[in-house]
Amino acid sequence: MSTAIHASEKPKIDHPLNVIVATDCGSTTTKAILIEKVGDEYRQTFRGEAPTTVEAPFEDVTRGVLNAIAEIEELSGRKILDGETIITPCRDAKTGVDIYISTSSAGGGLQMMVTGVVQNMTGESAQRAALGAGAIVIDVLASNDGRLPHEKIERIRTMRPDMILMSGGTDGGAVTHVVEMAEYIAAAEPRPRFGATYKLPLIYAGNKEAQPQVRKILGEKAALEVTDNIRPVLEKENLAPARNKIHDLFLEHVMQQAPGYKKLIEMTGAPIMPTPAAVGLIMEAIAKREHLNLIGVDIGGATTDVFSVFEGVFNRTVSANLGMSYSISNVLAEAGLANIMRWVPFNIDEQTLRNRIKNKMVRPTTIPQTLDELQIEQAIAREALRLALIHHKSLATGLKGIQQERTISDVFEQQISGKSLVDMLKLDLIVGSGGILSHAPRRIQSMLMMVDAYEPLGFTMLSVDSIFMMPHLGVLSTINEKAATDVFVRDCMVYLGTCVAPIGQLKDGERLVDYEIMFSDGRAVKDQLKMGELRLFPLGPNQKAKLTMQPAKTVNLGQGAGVPVSREVQGGVVGLLLDGRGRPLKLPADEPARVAALTKWFKAVELYPG
Amino acid sequence: MAHSYTPGLTVTEQTVIRRRRQLPLPGTVLVAFGDTVQSNQPVARAELPGKVYPLNLANQLGVAPDEIKEYLIKKEGEPVQKDEILAENKPLIKWFKTEIKSPITGTVESLSTITGQVLLREPPRVLELLAYVDGTVVEVHPRQGVTVEARCSLVQGIFGIGGETSGLLMMAVTKPDEALTPAHINADMKGKIVVGGSFLSAETMAKAKEVGVAGLVVGGIHDKDLRALLGYDLGVAITGTEQVGFTLILTEGFGTIPMAQKTFTLLSAHAGEKAAISGATQIRAGVIRPEIIIAKPAGAAQAGATAAPQREGIRIGDPVRIIRDPLFGKIGEVSALPTGLQKIPTESDARVLEVRFPDGQVAVIPRTNIEVIEGS
Repeated sequence: MSTAIHASEKPKIDHPLNVIVATDCGSTTTKAILIEKVGDEYRQTFRGEAPTTVEAPFEDVTRGVLNAIAEIEELSGRKILDGETIITPCRDAKTGVDIYISTSSAGGGLQMMVTGVVQNMTGESAQRAALGAGAIVIDVLASNDGRLPHEKIERIRTMRPDMILMSGGTDGGAVTHVVEMAEYIAAAEPRPRFGATYKLPLIYAGNKEAQPQVRKILGEKAALEVTDNIRPVLEKENLAPARNKIHDLFLEHVMQQAPGYKKLIEMTGAPIMPTPAAVGLIMEAIAKREHLNLIGVDIGGATTDVFSVFEGVFNRTVSANLGMSYSISNVLAEAGLANIMRWVPFNIDEQTLRNRIKNKMVRPTTIPQTLDELQIEQAIAREALRLALIHHKSLATGLKGIQQERTISDVFEQQISGKSLVDMLKLDLIVGSGGILSHAPRRIQSMLMMVDAYEPLGFTMLSVDSIFMMPHLGVLSTINEKAATDVFVRDCMVYLGTCVAPIGQLKDGERLVDYEIMFSDGRAVKDQLKMGELRLFPLGPNQKAKLTMQPAKTVNLGQGAGVPVSREVQGGVVGLLLDGRGRPLKLPADEPARVAALTKWFKAVELYPG
Repeated sequence: MAHSYTPGLTVTEQTVIRRRRQLPLPGTVLVAFGDTVQSNQPVARAELPGKVYPLNLANQLGVAPDEIKEYLIKKEGEPVQKDEILAENKPLIKWFKTEIKSPITGTVESLSTITGQVLLREPPRVLELLAYVDGTVVEVHPRQGVTVEARCSLVQGIFGIGGETSGLLMMAVTKPDEALTPAHINADMKGKIVVGGSFLSAETMAKAKEVGVAGLVVGGIHDKDLRALLGYDLGVAITGTEQVGFTLILTEGFGTIPMAQKTFTLLSAHAGEKAAISGATQIRAGVIRPEIIIAKPAGAAQAGATAAPQREGIRIGDPVRIIRDPLFGKIGEVSALPTGLQKIPTESDARVLEVRFPDGQVAVIPRTNIEVIEGS
């Protein structure tokens, strides 16, 4: 696994792990879960939640952790805390836990700058290494990025990254550009955001021939770590050593600067993982176990992390300023008001909406209390999800700079190196996680938010993290694979169902496909799906149905325009969704027509009460 | 029940605050432990490194990078004037001589025989760090700065823009639900901290800028006016460096929202006194709220001047502000704390509390949608 914790980080535990408490310290909320061995299998039994306390008056992340665990104590009747200490291992059936583990994205996450020689090659490889380690990449500097040298120096100084990853050059290649970049960094004298007295962690993972010069230039000015080249030869990426170094330095330097982290590290029985790294582990494990092409998303308060596995290749991106609380106003800024408004099934004046979004930004822990507020937040979530996927697609690409061998048959396929690996037609499963998806009052709301944002093509399964516990299970998987798998399968992953979306656009009301659904109980439904229709059929978890579809001659179900398709589809807590709204999805531009269309769709799937 | 703590904003007549004044890089501390300082007094000084100008001499002279030392007139560490010759070649024919002149006045910081470039650095810029509040130096952090302690009245806002400033407090309105209009702003308000009520319009902001008001403290503004003021849509609440002509502090939020009576009363009681304000807001880890600090004069009565006690959670009787629609901005007190989860109109199960408003009405509100108004 590209994201796996390396062996030296794995804790040695010499007692059985029957009771586990795990927390995820998010930017807004600290979530705690209790996992207990019941018979032969592990189950998630109780959960607690408390505001994250990196801010005044506490400025100590462990306070929120203790509060969240105290909720579990209350609900479970198990004594876990002895004052401010977690009792480990278990003393008896009702006292203590065998291990406490945690993930964290509190403190704004790990903000990195990366450097390369060629922006589209080593620069991107470095970006992938940093993103894979769960970092937010705040800038990519490269010799050919078009900026003047003094602009690069100024940029390094003003951005105040938590860490810098330097790459560049293949092993044995020219050293000049790499050394030049080291000189710029040295001249900038970058200073970390927190802690005036420690040196900025800097990882060099470029041309090994340049290591001595880089040491000479930066050895005194930064906490320099040298590791293997991330692009030793043009055709190969070697990201794991740099990712592991990022994890090490994150734990040793950056996390410790955030309020209370030293205490938290002492409390945990295993290294704290950055939340995106832990979720990535789980997403990658699902794809590998089920042999699926997958897109996963964790939409949080400050960031939206997107994961994909296509043909076994794992990618992760962190959209640093797309989130549902701290960054909600940035979703408005990036998506534009019209794009958010298109999902709102009623009229609201711009001023009111803008004020509401800003009020959420300045008071990020609030929740929608009324239905219209919920609808607005879910509209914003659709746009955050959509923008984060666009960002992901642009970075989840094949290696750039490599010549592809082409045959005569490829002449008419204008594929270029570096094409996005994300292919929505080959996508099998979408997995959603994060507060707005995990805690949506109706599961159909989670499903439709993802369908609207991602516009899956053809046949796609969707699932959601039941109560937001993927980060906990990600870190647990590094110390007890069975416990993580048991809980994941039984308590975490909720299959929502399958979405079937024909590709094409016709006039509203025209025949899109003829379909026949054969349910396993022998029931059959034969009908026509018209353009602009959304239909939902109950098809429970672990149930399957056979779907036969004959698309109109310009409509494609993955096999070509007009080609009939017959497939077995999987159910879920929501069921089978036939999405006849066309692809690409187009909403009416006219205001009353748009509101009418949304109202019709939302009613068709009983998205909201009333 | 576990302590479900919802962070609130402090509005208090008497407290003791400490503000760490830290240079962005090592420098010299100008005051000593125990010194009394004024808000506009420098307490530390540092020299910010000047801008760096890279110059690729090897390219310009047409020589190999490892040869550039032979052509340098100025050596590493030497000062250099603008247009002074930095390097030159020595051709056989004088006409072909190439002279490289320095583009800046500064020093030759470093040269590289691998890349062939020279880094020149402009002279340092002196940065003086002010005390920000009237108080006493209670800690000296060698080469970094000091911590200043002040006994004061403190009002925390929810959001602000603009940096630190100070001036005399002036009440422009008579009631907390009165909007601040251009008619309220007059020439006497130049350099003052002007307190309005429920709302500040774009027109009033323009008038305040014209007059030269130092700071504005109001209940709310419209987001569209903020966008017009800044010239861009603010994505995340990280502010403090904006230069719009004044420092702005919102005590309640976005929209027309009356200032909390407690805040208005406190500020009114100090009209005419000097206040230090900062609009800097960071609603992320290590939160920073905008603030209004009215320091107590030395020798004033010290009753109640203690650090704010740490809260243990929400209690019945606590004054709270509703911070989410449909009752956004309303202020009342906690009248019940039911323990179980309750279904709210969105169909979510939420932990709630009951708030009684001054008119006797009671509302059930998710606990996360209230904010305790802190401070005695």
